[in-house]
Amino acid sequence: MKFSLYKTIITAISGLFLIGSITAQAADIKPAVIYDMGGKFDKSFNEGVWNGVKKFTEETGIEVMEFEVTNETQREQAMRRMVDRGATIVLGVGFAQADAIAAVAAENPDVQFSIIDVFWLDAPNLRQYAFKEHEGSYLVGVAAAHASQTGKVGFVGGMDISLIRKFACGYVGGVKSVNASADVFQNMTGTTPSAWNDPAKGAELTISQIDRGADVIYQAAGGTGIGVIQAAVDSGKLAIGVDSNQNGIAPGSILTSMLKRVDVAAYETFMDSKNGNFTAGVQMLGVAEGGVDWALDENNASLITSEMKAAVEQARADIISGKITVHNYESDSACPY
Amino acid sequence: MRKPLPAWVDISIMPLINIAAAFVVAGIIIALIGENPFTALAVMIKGAFVYKGALGYTLYYTTNFIFTGLAVAVAFHAMLFNIGGEGQAMIGGLGIGFIVLSLDPILPPLLVILLAIPVAAIFGAIWGVIPGWLQARRGSHIVITTIMFNFIASSIMVWLLAGMLMAPGQMSPETRHFADGVSLMQIHHIGNALGWPMARSPLNLSFVIALIAAVAVWVLIWRTRLGYIIRATGHSEKAVIYAGHDPARIIMIVMAISGGLAGLMALNEILGVQERVILNFTSGYGFTGIAVALMGRNHPFGIVLASLLFGALYQGGAELDFEFQTITREMVLMIQGLIILFSGALALMFVPAAERIYGKLASADRSSDTRKGEQNG
Repeated sequence: MKFSLYKTIITAISGLFLIGSITAQAADIKPAVIYDMGGKFDKSFNEGVWNGVKKFTEETGIEVMEFEVTNETQREQAMRRMVDRGATIVLGVGFAQADAIAAVAAENPDVQFSIIDVFWLDAPNLRQYAFKEHEGSYLVGVAAAHASQTGKVGFVGGMDISLIRKFACGYVGGVKSVNASADVFQNMTGTTPSAWNDPAKGAELTISQIDRGADVIYQAAGGTGIGVIQAAVDSGKLAIGVDSNQNGIAPGSILTSMLKRVDVAAYETFMDSKNGNFTAGVQMLGVAEGGVDWALDENNASLITSEMKAAVEQARADIISGKITVHNYESDSACPY
Repeated sequence: MRKPLPAWVDISIMPLINIAAAFVVAGIIIALIGENPFTALAVMIKGAFVYKGALGYTLYYTTNFIFTGLAVAVAFHAMLFNIGGEGQAMIGGLGIGFIVLSLDPILPPLLVILLAIPVAAIFGAIWGVIPGWLQARRGSHIVITTIMFNFIASSIMVWLLAGMLMAPGQMSPETRHFADGVSLMQIHHIGNALGWPMARSPLNLSFVIALIAAVAVWVLIWRTRLGYIIRATGHSEKAVIYAGHDPARIIMIVMAISGGLAGLMALNEILGVQERVILNFTSGYGFTGIAVALMGRNHPFGIVLASLLFGALYQGGAELDFEFQTITREMVLMIQGLIILFSGALALMFVPAAERIYGKLASADRSSDTRKGEQNG
């Protein structure tokens, strides 16, 4: 008797809470983002996400909870903590968080999760963003081939993983589509996560490519890329930026940047969640979806000839229409160009 | 008038003064960036001990520090400065990886775990004994060789994890997951099974192993013959030779024990939490072990307490990052650095002053005693 009374009270109270939470859900969401080890001000990948988060906060006035991980165990811990603190949507940044988000998403079916640069997971409350970096790289490859005087261009990657080879392969495709006999030198900085943050080595690799005749160097190397850009600028050559719009780092010396709109992914995740449009599944963002692009602004206007611009825009249109299919390295671990 | 401090003051009050000094400096910096230092301290303490699962995380970090702190302390009793805990732990983890990945398809999980525990210690011991041998037989300084062995260990890890051990179908340099059941049981699972609901945390049975190791080290150093010879080697090699022992042999034994303890740290990370071998699982715990040993005055009991403090700092520090937008992980690192600075590098800074105060108190005490005596007489 006593027990059932207790139960009734509990039910009544939880019922009240339930009503409260339903009315609350439509009005406000509690978003959270977990940056990875690079840190949110890495001038590249994490910072791109931060830009999207900032835009969301500015437009909606909703504060986003943030955390930067410092060791392996913290990824999962941070996600759990965000859920404990009432997060309704948690955004993970980078493929290193894939394991953690899979575990925490399975335990919390009522919370929405989203992760960038992952496409191989499967959960009903998890959205995954993957980018067709090969398409964007193809575009900057076309630009590089037009800008090169020597017919030799370079590529400096960060960590040697299939994701970065995908950048390299698309780039080679773009270069060769303009000048089939062009040389493309390729170097990877290393095989570990520290390769994302080694500007000194990035600069060395760039100088060696320049010594071999390269005059346009594309980098997809996170924090290492700053060294690549610096070395190219110091030698009077051209660099191509990546992820964020890096044209402004050295105006007049950066031909263009391959934009990977992780900011769009972050912004869209939170916006969809806010408006009740959140869906699970994989979002593949290519040129057609506005997920990847090349950067044109006042910093590089003087470097872009009208002929170059026309060629890149043509390639862009052809990719959208399906006339050109850029090979995706990850589909077969090979590059046909 | 200065008077040497009694042992209990040296091991209890002095560390507290050092920590307090570190907190004062950290508090000033937090106030400078516009946050309330007392709120920050409260958040840190709450984050380390109070909220659901916090204590588990604190003790999980503590486990790492107990192992690496003991490793440094054992070597230090023979006056060997082993800064290779990081590398020895990595190789210990590699040992676990080899044994589990090759045996988990054929043997039952319990047997694999029982094999993996000694293998972690043995791999760590091998990585400790090589610099030990170089020191003992070739005179290469242990500080230099253990540092170098950290680099070698990390390169081996990279080579294997980005190469032949890397799990297919993903991009992180890590092995495949261990088979189901091949892991040290987490404490919250045990608690829930026994009917005490506990919040989820990575705390696992290796915490118990760490405490056992601490007791074992105490017995070894102060209650066995070998421990006596180890301490004697630290004080005077010549006396040890005179007593009929070979200091070179003792050095190698000590480095094997030290490396083995560091190798056991991998139990907590690899077998307790990650359940696969990953790169950088040591995250600097091996180096922090040096500060832990310094602060714990190379005594197992002190090391357990110092480990608890560092565990609380790691866990509570992360909580600061959650709570305040202005306090970033770099700020947290700085607070941890201040505590290491004050309790490690500057550990003796307040000793002269304390001795002076203690001298005054003691003499005041004595004179009042004598006066009392005179009256009675």
